[in-house]
Amino acid sequence: MGAIFRREFGAYFTSSIAYIFLAVFWIFSGYFFFAGCLVSATTDMSRMFQSMFLIIIFLIPILTMRLFSEEKKQKTEQGLLTAPVSLGEIVFGKYFAALALYTIALLMPFVYALILSGFGVVEWGMIFANFLALFLLGAAFIAVGELVSALTENQIAAAVLSFIALMTLYMIDVINNYISVKPINTVLEKLSFYRKYYAITCGLFNVSTIVFYVSVAVVFNYLTIRVFERRRWS
Amino acid sequence: MIEVRNLTKHYGDKHAVNDISFTVEDGEILGFLGPNGAGKSTTMNMLTGYISSTSGQALINGVDILEDPIKAKSYIGYLPEIPPLYVDMTVKSYLQYVYDLKKCKLPRRAHLNEVMNLTKVNDVQDRIIKNLSKGYKQRVGLAQALIGNPPVLILDEPTVGLDPKQILEIRTLIKKLGKNHTVILSSHILSEIQAVCDRIIIINHGVVAAHDTTDNLSRNVSNDHRIIARIEGPRDEIVKALRNISGIKYVKADMEREPGVYEYELEATPGSDIRREIFHIAAEHDWPLLSARSAEMTLEDVFLKITMGEGIVIPNAEDQAEAKKGEKA
Repeated sequence: MGAIFRREFGAYFTSSIAYIFLAVFWIFSGYFFFAGCLVSATTDMSRMFQSMFLIIIFLIPILTMRLFSEEKKQKTEQGLLTAPVSLGEIVFGKYFAALALYTIALLMPFVYALILSGFGVVEWGMIFANFLALFLLGAAFIAVGELVSALTENQIAAAVLSFIALMTLYMIDVINNYISVKPINTVLEKLSFYRKYYAITCGLFNVSTIVFYVSVAVVFNYLTIRVFERRRWS
Repeated sequence: MIEVRNLTKHYGDKHAVNDISFTVEDGEILGFLGPNGAGKSTTMNMLTGYISSTSGQALINGVDILEDPIKAKSYIGYLPEIPPLYVDMTVKSYLQYVYDLKKCKLPRRAHLNEVMNLTKVNDVQDRIIKNLSKGYKQRVGLAQALIGNPPVLILDEPTVGLDPKQILEIRTLIKKLGKNHTVILSSHILSEIQAVCDRIIIINHGVVAAHDTTDNLSRNVSNDHRIIARIEGPRDEIVKALRNISGIKYVKADMEREPGVYEYELEATPGSDIRREIFHIAAEHDWPLLSARSAEMTLEDVFLKITMGEGIVIPNAEDQAEAKKGEKA
């Protein structure tokens, strides 16, 4: 797994995707930090965190699009699947490489919090909860994007389909508004990614949210492994 | 050692590979021959665990590729048809990655240098793979297969894209590796298979069309009773005289090769040797016999005959052994 992780992580930088991803992430988080905290002179960073939800829906597909589609296109997949490693190692090696880059991106908002602490009292508990929520949300989204990448052979197709998939997850609440069947409403509410995330940015920390995001990440990684198993047996 | 038993792969109704069985012993080089789409790569992909078989078994050093894939794969060095190269990496960093991926235990630097020397890629080790020529890429692909010194090597068309000098080098290398590795090599270049392999399997439409040692395969189809002779003299008379040879089946005058010189194709009943009689007839009439050669079939002819479905009968090694026993008795 270490070899796959290192190669994938390195490939982000050689293919310049890492720079684009980090730059865009930091530009938007910087802008929302400026607009949400500096302009209104507050140490409450929740506005910035709320806005980042939509930003990572756009950015995560860039991170995940090439994970498997590029391997298939360049025929390097064959080398990977005939090496003495398990499918789990392959999938998680790539997953953690994407997650590692995402974590690097999250370091900048942390610097913003440090800046704020120089000017006023920062509610560290809430900031850490927000970071945890944004991190786990990204972890879940990366797993979704990874599955889409495993199903496609073209980076652009993977990116667009991942974006649609993540957008659909975001829209669960909107869809919910148009449905007035009670049981469906309850289920959709429970599945809503945004509702849970929003609650945390408002200071309502809930362990079940953590469990939810982690479960999504695990399930989609598992599905990715299944995709490769199924392809081998077809 | 590789054991393949009744290996079959179906894609829906299409039988890509149908009931293939063979064994490759340690230190043996097996050639896999067949036209495009015959099932060569499919078979190799099943052996290396890239795809599963519909039925049948493939054992690598006694380990079933489907039952314990990780262990079986650790015995195999595989060069697929298209080398699995990450083109954005340098040769060295790519090979280091493969070393880590295969969880190789050999001393890292020494082993990587050894492999790079063997495949002659050490002078490009710091270049990015995508800028290399096809021949170098192919050699990096081979280097990748050799990392970890696996006992079994499966090479899918290893000399594609190489220049003649490199082809010779790689062939020599494969022959050398064949001494202490089990090697399966596919190709549609027959001379290559003939030069390198101990045994040949010809597959066509997913089934084994012929399976024998290289020598037997070319010997069995070469026939002393078919002769092509070049004789100077009057054509019709020569044909008439040659037709009188006992056991002759047909004589055909070919085109005029030199002024007054024709080429004659003679076929006698199998087993009869007509070479001396041709000489005597020519000497008797004072027709200079300029050349004579047996119309031996090359491996190329065998291959074409087999794959075109003309189905020449090639006794396999066991039958021959039995026949020899019978002769002795």
